[in-house]
Amino acid sequence: MIGLGHFLVLSAGLFSIGVYGLLSKRNAITLLMCVELMFNATNIALVAFARFGYNSAQPLAGQAFALFIITIAAAEVAVAIAILLLIYRLRGTIWVDEIDLMKW
Amino acid sequence: MSNDLLFAITFYVLAALTLGAGLGVVILRNVVHAAVSLIACFFFVAWVYLVLSADLLWVAQLLIYAGAIPVLIVFAIMFTRRSMSDTSNADSGGIGLWAPLVGAAVFGLLLAVLLPATWFHGSWPNPPGTTALIGNELVSKYAVPFELVSVLLLAALIGAVILARREDES
Repeated sequence: MIGLGHFLVLSAGLFSIGVYGLLSKRNAITLLMCVELMFNATNIALVAFARFGYNSAQPLAGQAFALFIITIAAAEVAVAIAILLLIYRLRGTIWVDEIDLMKW
Repeated sequence: MSNDLLFAITFYVLAALTLGAGLGVVILRNVVHAAVSLIACFFFVAWVYLVLSADLLWVAQLLIYAGAIPVLIVFAIMFTRRSMSDTSNADSGGIGLWAPLVGAAVFGLLLAVLLPATWFHGSWPNPPGTTALIGNELVSKYAVPFELVSVLLLAALIGAVILARREDES
């Protein structure tokens, strides 16, 4: 019997894979991709709650929330890539360990 | 084959594919391969939504996450390469084992909270589709977040255009 817990473990696993990538990678675009992984993990958890914990006072609240998260993540990726392009134009690199302008 | 067994097999196969594609983003050494693995992960997450009876979200995920965002990411990869062969997805220097340890710690923490909890179980009314219901809620109960998200999209659009445009030579 597959229940809510199975989907939550899947969501937790995908989230921690995103955390691992976010902490270890050098390429800023890979960091963006890992943040997107984490967004998707929380979306899976929200949709699982909407499915298994259906509450007639707040029907499908999880799915509406997940839809808003998809929209906001798309806007965020666009702005983040614009910032990345600007950094590349100014510094010539997108390796995050070379963009350490504020460190002395 | 009983319904429960089919659902279990579907879930485990989908979970393995999703987590495998997610691992591919982090492990593959070429950032273009990692982007393709990300597309695969989004595709399998869309299937997970379908298994969870979320048909509007399934389509939205395929359109936005498996369609528009990878295009943005591939364009970004294309514009930020120093040379034709510079597509490395290497680890940051000196990070060693800390990143997998922290990832495992986050996973352990989440499991420690999620597994012993008892959740509220509602009975799914099995509507013919969720699109009409979510649409109703978006214009009635969630009308304010809906309008705010449109303002946010406008701000993101203007901001991205201003940030990424070429400065004039004068």
